[in-house]
Amino acid sequence: MDFILGHYNYWIVIFLMMVGFYTVISRGNLVKKIVGLNIFQVSVFLLYISLSTVDGGTTPIVKEGFDLYSNPLPHVLILTAIVVGVATTALGLALVVRIKEAYGTIEEDEIHEQDHSL
Amino acid sequence: MDHISLLLVVIPLIAAPIVAILPNGRIPWALTLLVTAVCAALAGVQLWSIVHEGVISYELGGWAPPWGIEYRIDAVNAFVALIVAGIAAITLPYALLSVEKEIPKHQISLFYCAFLLCLCGLLGITQTGDIFNVFVFLEVSSLSSYALISLGKKRQALTSAYQYLIMGTIGATFFLIGVGLLYSQTGTLNMADLAERLPAVFEHKTVHTGFAFIVIGIALKLALFPLHLWLPNAYTYAPTVITIFLAATATKVAVYLMLRVLFTVFPNGFALGTPADELFIILGIAGILIASVYAIYQMDIKRLLAYSSVAQVGYMALGIGFASAMGVTATILHLFNHALMKGALFMAVGAIIYRIGACRMENIHGLGRQMPWTFAAIIIGGLSLIGVPGTAGFISKWYLILAALEQENWIAVAVILIGSLLAVVYVGKIIEALYFKPALETNLTVKEAPLLLLLPTWVLALANIYFGLNTELTVGIAESAAKMLGAVAK
Repeated sequence: MDFILGHYNYWIVIFLMMVGFYTVISRGNLVKKIVGLNIFQVSVFLLYISLSTVDGGTTPIVKEGFDLYSNPLPHVLILTAIVVGVATTALGLALVVRIKEAYGTIEEDEIHEQDHSL
Repeated sequence: MDHISLLLVVIPLIAAPIVAILPNGRIPWALTLLVTAVCAALAGVQLWSIVHEGVISYELGGWAPPWGIEYRIDAVNAFVALIVAGIAAITLPYALLSVEKEIPKHQISLFYCAFLLCLCGLLGITQTGDIFNVFVFLEVSSLSSYALISLGKKRQALTSAYQYLIMGTIGATFFLIGVGLLYSQTGTLNMADLAERLPAVFEHKTVHTGFAFIVIGIALKLALFPLHLWLPNAYTYAPTVITIFLAATATKVAVYLMLRVLFTVFPNGFALGTPADELFIILGIAGILIASVYAIYQMDIKRLLAYSSVAQVGYMALGIGFASAMGVTATILHLFNHALMKGALFMAVGAIIYRIGACRMENIHGLGRQMPWTFAAIIIGGLSLIGVPGTAGFISKWYLILAALEQENWIAVAVILIGSLLAVVYVGKIIEALYFKPALETNLTVKEAPLLLLLPTWVLALANIYFGLNTELTVGIAESAAKMLGAVAK
């Protein structure tokens, strides 16, 4: 029981990771795939953030009276990763818009059908 | 001089937004050409100084590693950086006419901007000694290559770019998860520092999990069979110049990254204690056989060559799987030689596309007689792909077979030879269509490709022959690179 409750953050991470990954693989709708990809990435952000936590630590801001603080490095790394995630999402959605213009649909199987019926 | 390793990344990065705001036309191309030429020269100087003076460690912003980001250059990455920058510099003269034909005029400056960003990302991966920095550069190069692929003329370019985006992002995120797990165990991101601290925690399951995530993440980028699904579409529908550039560099950089992780970050043969090396041999063998057979049945030459690329990645995976000094030497040699042959072949096919606007088997009948120089370049590239003695392809396959014999892996030896025979079939198919089939009437008036397309093609074609005859340079560098990586298996 302790093992389960004590690591609850990792369970959340794994749950989100699997939800996101499954959505990317199983959904045929191109926008839903990107939503899944986002959930997948967010789970990794949470993984990094929870790694950096120190028991009883504060946010990493210099102030008198607070000596124990969380490790700020993963926070910075994840800021970078968030930016990358935003860029990926933007590019992915832009592609979906262009695909909709070119095919008139954003369902994977319908696109596939159009390409092979030519 | 001290700043070369940083300049290689910063010059394309700064040039990219400048190119983006230049007026469309030939000026963006000229600036990009200048940048790639400078990068190639710098990469050459960098390799020269590595060979003569040893490892370079460059501290970004003066912050000492492992706190700051370090660029650590040894024989391995200096060599790969030279391949990337060199191919870019050879591709650019070719790009002028090809891009004017394939890319709408109002997008030309943005096209070159994305090209420079892609170059920046690929060079960054080779230069950096910080594993998180690798992730950032991986995404810089990937995001720009998704955009570049989607610029292809057919609408399938959009779907293949999307497919690549999904798979590439999953790969990069897997890599990120792995890096996070390693960081949680060691508290460092510097590769050299990781190499020092990891052996103490080798038994931890977290390290094994991190290793698995990183290897699979890179394998996706590497297009290792069966994770190659994005590659054939992306190479087929991308603009010609992008196909040439990505085929010759992107997977090569991923191979480099794989070598770096397997042998430097996880030192002392950690990979040998995991299923990774058997997996590389099995997947390499499967990739060589299955992708080569797929290649034979393709009707589109670009797609045929793309499947052949998957097969060639299989050869490199085989070398990695042997994990011996000889195997790694063969992988690094093949990395270089494959860049030469696929570059030459895609350029020659691009010249055909430039003339007739298509490259399907049924459209190219008889073109060999109309475009003799292009045809000759395809023959040289094809022979090199097969591995005929006297071409670069022979050298790397020779070393790969030596590595397989060294481990008495007879199956691998047989597969390498069968793979070459399959290559004879698919290269033969192209040559048959180009030369031996009766010419189509529409093809009788086709002229030879313009000089600006032929010159870069022939530079690479002749390089295939030169490095097939004079192996001193490439083998020497590959051997010292393999020694640097410290492959331990016998």
